[in-house]
Amino acid sequence: MLITCPYCGPRDVIEFTYQGDGNRERPQPNSQDLDAWNAYVYDRLNPAGDHNEIWQHSGGCRTHLRMVRNTLTHEISSTGFARGDHNAAARHKAGGKS
Amino acid sequence: MAEYSAFSLLTNALKGNQDWKPAWRKPDPKASYDVIIIGGGGHGLSTAYYLAKEHGITNVAVLEKGWLGSGNVGRNTTAVRSNYLLPSNTRFYEHSMKMWENLSHDLNYNVMFSQRGCLNLAHTPAQFDDLARRGNAMRHLGVDAELMSTAEIKRLVPALDMSASARFPIVGGLMQPRAGTARHDAVAWGYARGADRRGVDIIENCEVTGFLRDGDRITGVQTTRGEIRGKKVAVAVAGSTGRVMQLAGVDRMPIESHVLQAFVTESLKPFIDTVLTFGMGHFYMSQSDKGGLVYGGDIDGYNSYAQRGNLPIVDEVMSEMLALFPGLARVRMLRSWGGVCDMSMDGSPIITAGPLPGMYLNCGWCYGGFKATPASGWCFAYTIAKDEPHAFNAPFTLDRFYRGLVIDDKGQGATPRLH
Repeated sequence: MLITCPYCGPRDVIEFTYQGDGNRERPQPNSQDLDAWNAYVYDRLNPAGDHNEIWQHSGGCRTHLRMVRNTLTHEISSTGFARGDHNAAARHKAGGKS
Repeated sequence: MAEYSAFSLLTNALKGNQDWKPAWRKPDPKASYDVIIIGGGGHGLSTAYYLAKEHGITNVAVLEKGWLGSGNVGRNTTAVRSNYLLPSNTRFYEHSMKMWENLSHDLNYNVMFSQRGCLNLAHTPAQFDDLARRGNAMRHLGVDAELMSTAEIKRLVPALDMSASARFPIVGGLMQPRAGTARHDAVAWGYARGADRRGVDIIENCEVTGFLRDGDRITGVQTTRGEIRGKKVAVAVAGSTGRVMQLAGVDRMPIESHVLQAFVTESLKPFIDTVLTFGMGHFYMSQSDKGGLVYGGDIDGYNSYAQRGNLPIVDEVMSEMLALFPGLARVRMLRSWGGVCDMSMDGSPIITAGPLPGMYLNCGWCYGGFKATPASGWCFAYTIAKDEPHAFNAPFTLDRFYRGLVIDDKGQGATPRLH
């Protein structure tokens, strides 16, 4: 499987680390909403078909990617930066409050 | 008299083998059943068998979308062991081991259970200490475990590279002598015949396409062969758990589906007579009765419902094999294949009533479901019949993740690709 990194171009899958379901939302670090934390840590969408997921180009530029990959055919229909929309904490940081 | 015996073999042989009955019927589905089991794999079939045998519930249908044994029960590497660290896992898998020891007799079907032992290798003194700790935990609960020195390992598996110049020198190992292998197809066929003879309908080529509901309650299933009503609907579909639960409206689960590959070489003369696992990566191997080396490694590492794997893992598994057995460098690989595993968030299974009323769930087997086949069906049948878990499966609930009661033998956390 080839993954097209926005910085580095098409690279072999062995350069990448899988970080799983990209639909999860990480609560704010000071959140005390236990249900939200449980859902973030343990619950996954697990579709047979298009799957929105996070990868890291850990053997390359180390950027985090958000991509849509088909879990039946491994076709990748979109790849982009995960930065900014990765989770609530990242958005907080992007807003310049940290 | 048992249907299969030396006497029946002889009389049928003399009569030209005309009188054998098919091992299971091919019935059309009835309009309703007391229990519908979705999934005609090892766990679904053993659940049906123990529902009939232990609880007298025989108005049962097992629905299989393909043919019997086409899923993971026919795709695994057949190892059976109970060498776990945590008590709830040890008790459950040891119960399974005891059932394996009597399974051929119980089913009147030879599952070729061969207690050839399972040896985990240690490659550093710290890892050897860790194996000693696991062995002690096992012995504490009455499970057999023995530490092995390098001299003993060398005698047992002469083909291993035991030299100090090996890529990962071997410093010792932990042996479970009662572990071993079984013929996986025979397990499916034996349970199917046992259930069928007790009145269970095994319905192949019958894919579930939706659930019938009365409010929240599950009251049956829609299938490619029509609607079937069931007082209780049990789901035992392993890698397809995500897909089937989605049909019931449960989108999010503590499960990811990953593909695991397995490999077999051309037939060799007797080479290794135990199940061997590598300690510096994920690799395990045994030799089949036909002579092929049966081996496998890690899952591919990202969600997949494709029953085929990627090449980087092939490369990794082969290099692990050669790190242990340089002498196998020129042996040819005969076949490789993949199966879809339901990886849970703590590496342990789920056998429970729910999550919807009228539904029962058996999943989360990661890539260790084969050895659990007898106990999984036995516990699931108990849970379905009595609407409460047996002590053996009481810890394996779905809500343990949210209650701080995870059973994480490897201590990896909620990262399924690492379990």
